[in-house]
Amino acid sequence: MRLPSYFTQTTHAAPLALFRFFFGIMMFVSIVRFWANGWIDTLYIQPKFFFSYYGFSFVKPFGTYTYVLFIVCALAALLVAVGFYYRYAILIFFLSFTYIELMDKSTYLNHYYFVSILSFLLLFLPASSYFSFDVRRNPKLAFAYIPKWTIDSIKLLICIVYFYAGLAKLNSDWLLEAMPLALWLPAKFDLPILGSFLHERWAHYVFSWGGALYDLSIPFLLLYKPTRKLAFVLVVVFHVLTRVLFPIGMFPYIMIVNALIFFDTHWHQRWINRISRWFRISWSSIIEGKVLSTTKMRGYQWRLAVVALFFGIQFILPFRYLAYPGELFWTEEGYRFSWRVMLMEKVGHASFKIKDRDSGDSFYVDTSSFLNAFQEKQMATQPDFILEFAHFLEEYYQEQGMAQPAVFVDSYVTLNGRPSQPFIRPDVDLTELKDTFAPKQWILPFHDTIKGL
Amino acid sequence: MKKVSVIFFLACSSLFLLWSCEEDDTNPNNGENPDIAFDREAMLTHWADHFIIPGYEAYTLALDNLSQVNATFVENPTESSLQATRESWLAAAKAWQYVSMFEIGKAEEISLRNFTNIYPVDTEAIDENLLSGSYNLNLPSTIDEQGLMALDYLYYGIGSSEALIVSAYTDTKTAAYTTALIEKLQQMSNEVLQDWKGSFRAQFISNSGSSATASVDKLVNDYIFYYEKFLRAGKIGIPAGIFSRTKNPNTVEALYSGQSKILFLEAVTAVNNFFEGKGTTNGPSLRQYSAAIGRTDLGESVTSRFEIVKNKASRLDSNFSTQVEIDEDAMKDVFNELQRNVVSLKSDMLSVLNIRVDFVDADGD
Repeated sequence: MRLPSYFTQTTHAAPLALFRFFFGIMMFVSIVRFWANGWIDTLYIQPKFFFSYYGFSFVKPFGTYTYVLFIVCALAALLVAVGFYYRYAILIFFLSFTYIELMDKSTYLNHYYFVSILSFLLLFLPASSYFSFDVRRNPKLAFAYIPKWTIDSIKLLICIVYFYAGLAKLNSDWLLEAMPLALWLPAKFDLPILGSFLHERWAHYVFSWGGALYDLSIPFLLLYKPTRKLAFVLVVVFHVLTRVLFPIGMFPYIMIVNALIFFDTHWHQRWINRISRWFRISWSSIIEGKVLSTTKMRGYQWRLAVVALFFGIQFILPFRYLAYPGELFWTEEGYRFSWRVMLMEKVGHASFKIKDRDSGDSFYVDTSSFLNAFQEKQMATQPDFILEFAHFLEEYYQEQGMAQPAVFVDSYVTLNGRPSQPFIRPDVDLTELKDTFAPKQWILPFHDTIKGL
Repeated sequence: MKKVSVIFFLACSSLFLLWSCEEDDTNPNNGENPDIAFDREAMLTHWADHFIIPGYEAYTLALDNLSQVNATFVENPTESSLQATRESWLAAAKAWQYVSMFEIGKAEEISLRNFTNIYPVDTEAIDENLLSGSYNLNLPSTIDEQGLMALDYLYYGIGSSEALIVSAYTDTKTAAYTTALIEKLQQMSNEVLQDWKGSFRAQFISNSGSSATASVDKLVNDYIFYYEKFLRAGKIGIPAGIFSRTKNPNTVEALYSGQSKILFLEAVTAVNNFFEGKGTTNGPSLRQYSAAIGRTDLGESVTSRFEIVKNKASRLDSNFSTQVEIDEDAMKDVFNELQRNVVSLKSDMLSVLNIRVDFVDADGD
């Protein structure tokens, strides 16, 4: 089989190598920060119940040994950074990080998902062929030039994230009502300078439209050389603003650093030289202009196939919501894994009623005795969480000796400042339902329309 | 640079368009006054000066009065002096309903609510304390042997008739225990009041930001927590059997005096007044704040719901224990009305005011 000519192009390895280095460092810092904030304990050890992703109910925290998982993940991140046994390090990082994310879907964040799939992509890229301990250990692994598609694939993933996030903002709530920013920004009145106009209606529109335009245009501005520097300034300004305005953790920094991959080789080479000088490492004897072409990569056919499949899924997955009736923001069928960030202010309240089918007795459950406030909040607005918790309650009361418990829920949800509405059909016994990918008929209709994508 | 210029031109022109049509925007989410920033500091000042401090002053005063009346009673126990202490006790319990929701600062530090108004009380433990005369009221394990509801038991429940109760007080140990309970309540309420009158007021008001630890966020969380757990569940839900397979008439507040309805109605008034900013004077409130962000309907709906609650509750027996025995469904009905306001306060209001529910302060995206 002959490869299309695009796949035979090679480029300097410096951008990918530096990307690997920064990625590893950022991940290490993220995990240390997560630990330092005490979140391993509060999110993964203290709760009595964890919400699972469909098909991943076997993935659970290990009690206090959960710390070990985080240590493994952090060490793997460090090894990725320095490129020491990179292939194993990135595999361990991908597996441990993804395991952590799968342990409880209440903690789902788009940027965690981004890290997971980015580290998956990195499994197939020759990111340690340059500026790594692997090439010092074994100079045969060293290459100064690598296939161009390997770097482009990272750029493509970053572009997808931004562009899809921009598309998702093209809806009437965001553009016409400036929701949810109109609710979020006024609460930041205490910021210096900015705070004095964040309650103004026009500011909500500026931020909403500015955000949408930024997301849609930044991929092109970064790709196009004449606008690249300006684009990077915008990246920094945008993400610093989001950091200041919202509790968004490490994500802004990760995206700022990731955007550096769009710069050309010379810039990366300068940084690699600089860092190497700090640590007194010399590479000159090792690399000597060796070229790794696609066909020389081990198992290049399946590498290309997996990467192509990966992007095929990335293109299609965010549009899966089209297969469901009803309002996406309301039912959230097809909402996750689609780069829908900061689109909704959704708050709900769910109280569960247990009915003994034998005696007819019924009573309400004190949800807080099973879930922490964070999980309760996540559950109240997401139908699949409500169903999973109902099944948990069924089992719990069966263990308590009730042969046939039926579980009902009274739930209300407010979306983007609308008065709260009943959410799940209160007359449906949730124990009789299974969670599937079929449309959830037991979600009550949303009495409003949000137009757009 | 052509592309950039095009994009910027597009951006500017669309923004311009937006500004020009904003005037006729008839979106119901627009508040009465979306351009006026809501002054959180003014609201906090109002809360401190016209709710919290006067509330604790009134409660402390009621306890001081109870202490004096009780002293006269234990000095010379008669049926008429018992009657006087009962009245003073009820006044204190009523005053408490207006401050119970403010579990912040010193009150939070010393667990004021837990040591003041936990019920049902452990009557066996109290009887034992009366016999032995030795007890340590500072232990968290003794919270159900003290407080206002232990006094309810002592003044109404240690004998089957007033004469028998009076005679129980001829025992100095009973008198000493009662006095110790009142002293403990006084000491705690004084401690909290002095803290508010000292440095805490300024600290509370100046912490007017919007983080999870800012005063508005914290106090609103405390308020909703109180409303959900202590008012909705404690006073109505648990006795009516909402959370259990059977009803629990013995878990009502003020079981022995049978004054549960009066205390409940006071508590609903207190919670509604706070929402509406009706303290010793009227001022900026959660209701106004919600309206300023765009939900004028919310205040109307919360307040009218509280009216319904009061109306329905006024038809209940003055002793909720009796009410539950006879017909718990009427209690459950009141619970359902209270529940509707949990949704309004906890979902709608917190969402509009962008206040996070107390929880792990995790990242968002």
